[in-house]
Amino acid sequence: MSDPNERRLLTPDEYLQAQASPEFVELKRRFRRFAFPMTFAFLAWYLLYVLLSTYAHDFMSTQVFGNVNIGLLLGLAQFLTTFVITHLYVAHANKNTDPIADEMRHRLESHEFARRDGTGTSEGATRA
Amino acid sequence: MPDLFAAEESIGEPAINISIFSAFVLVTLIITFQASRTNKTAADYYAAGRNISGTQNGLAIAGDYLSAASFLGIAGAIAVFGYDGFLYSIGFLVAWLVALLLVAELMRNTARFTMADVLAFRMRQRPVRTAAAISTLAVSLFYLLAQMAGAGGLVTLLLGVTGEAAQAVVVVIVGALMIFYVLVGGMRGTTYVQIIKASLLIVGAFVMTAWVLGKYGFNLSALIGGAQDLAVDGRDVAAPGAQYGATGTSKLDFVSLGLALVLGTAGLPHVLMRFYTVPTAKDARRSVVWAIWLIGIFYLFSLVIGYGAGALVGPERILGAPGAVNAAAPLLAFELGGTVLLGVIAGVAFATILAVVAGLTITASASFAHDVYANVIKKGQVPPNGEVRVARITAVVIGAISIGLGILALQAGLNIAFLVALAFAVAASANLPTILYTLFWKRFTTQGALWSIYGGLIICIGLIIFSPVVSGAPIVEATGKSPSLFQPPIDFHWFPLNNPGLVSIPLSFFLGWLGTVLSKERPDELKVAELEVRSLTGIGAEKAIRH
Repeated sequence: MSDPNERRLLTPDEYLQAQASPEFVELKRRFRRFAFPMTFAFLAWYLLYVLLSTYAHDFMSTQVFGNVNIGLLLGLAQFLTTFVITHLYVAHANKNTDPIADEMRHRLESHEFARRDGTGTSEGATRA
Repeated sequence: MPDLFAAEESIGEPAINISIFSAFVLVTLIITFQASRTNKTAADYYAAGRNISGTQNGLAIAGDYLSAASFLGIAGAIAVFGYDGFLYSIGFLVAWLVALLLVAELMRNTARFTMADVLAFRMRQRPVRTAAAISTLAVSLFYLLAQMAGAGGLVTLLLGVTGEAAQAVVVVIVGALMIFYVLVGGMRGTTYVQIIKASLLIVGAFVMTAWVLGKYGFNLSALIGGAQDLAVDGRDVAAPGAQYGATGTSKLDFVSLGLALVLGTAGLPHVLMRFYTVPTAKDARRSVVWAIWLIGIFYLFSLVIGYGAGALVGPERILGAPGAVNAAAPLLAFELGGTVLLGVIAGVAFATILAVVAGLTITASASFAHDVYANVIKKGQVPPNGEVRVARITAVVIGAISIGLGILALQAGLNIAFLVALAFAVAASANLPTILYTLFWKRFTTQGALWSIYGGLIICIGLIIFSPVVSGAPIVEATGKSPSLFQPPIDFHWFPLNNPGLVSIPLSFFLGWLGTVLSKERPDELKVAELEVRSLTGIGAEKAIRH
């Protein structure tokens, strides 16, 4: 991390204050509430698909129409869910996390998270 | 195997192939020169000044990611093995959700140029940076090896070049061009090369897809039926298991591969580095969304191209051609559109290899110059120009190494999608656990990071060395050769799987946890707070450069 003046916009204390602030706790909660369960879900769904392809050969070979079988349809369903999850994530971020993140960033840039009693200094901080 | 590379087996008109490829090279060289005019600072050289737009970067990511392995390897695997080839593309695509949901934006907000910037953020700098740089170099070299192997096979098929000396010359030319793009154009030049290549690749694949589907009345079932008619030994190409279903071991191998594919992408250093070329985290998100759509649609095309090659060319001709499975897409192009379409597809395939190797080279050289030289050796006391100078020298060295490896790789007949899968296994083992722990686990310590990176790297590469990839795979009747690197009677393998992911990825996660709980060191709480706040709010993120 070369050139601390360029890198560190805020003092360590401001970061601690910001981290403990209720809006940051809420931002983190909203981010994780979507990302973690969704990651778990799509990984589980993908692994289920891999395991079915490997160990449920007859089931996956079941023909649905013409030469198209369940395996192929589930594979195409993986594409579909990937596109859907992408869309859901973007909608979630736009609606639930971006507004808090943007607002916090602006307040951080104007050093609103510095301690008011003067124990935390803002020396070394530069403009964003 | 010179007998397989007989001159009459090259297809199409080499002059057309070469001239289309030359046109691509000429156009990209001009653009690279243009791009070089704005290369002034380290941020220009490594991150294209961070003013690539989200849409452009999405295209560039697709260009970086849709390597020769995707285009040639996946289509070939589907053509020959049917369904099992499809799994590669699904793993490669779903993997992007890990990058989108957990990694891209947070890394954009906290890093400057390399993966190590984030991994070392709240740790002891020098050991973690060194470890991250070593694993970056390892993954990039594996990936480069795969691309160069692809270049070798393609050259034989398309340019009518025979004999090992002549092939070596072509690999040297590819390598020299790649070094030139990186030296002169830096990340901006590389980005433009990738954007052009991605556009050509997707358009080319679209044309072939529409053509194939048109021949079968836009009926997927009829297409699969066509592929089924020509399948080897009455193999069921629509059902899983043709490639991996034979034994319990090969089934496990399939699961191992699947795990490596889905967890590898978000740990690939050259993919992560692309996130630093955009102005903000929001643009990083936008670029991943674009990338997911482009890559997903491309893989749907490659499903049709693969079955089309199986139906219209047939697996026997594909396997008999030089380049074997990798020849499926070019052979199909020839079957459909004769020499001209083949020339276009061949030019696109070369462009693909060039663009990907350029991206890999700039990533590896940035990691050496920024992490090892500037931060570990010089402890940050280096003028930015000095760092870029070292990066350029490193790019030449890495280019030379990959030319050497490429010439060696010419002799191995491995499917390049498979070689790339090994690079994914290394990335998922050595990089991903540390990335996730660093971003999401406050207690994670330097020792945990080192154990996870080195442990994952050593276990993964160790298992590959003692796997059938390197020695001891049984001889394939069709070629009379073993697919291993070393031919019989050399056999020192004891690990049964070709892909080590199933073992090495969980072990690396475990080692990261164990190293952390056993370490006496306390995490640096100030740095943890800074990383957390910066990663989620974007405060203090590197800004785009205005020229």
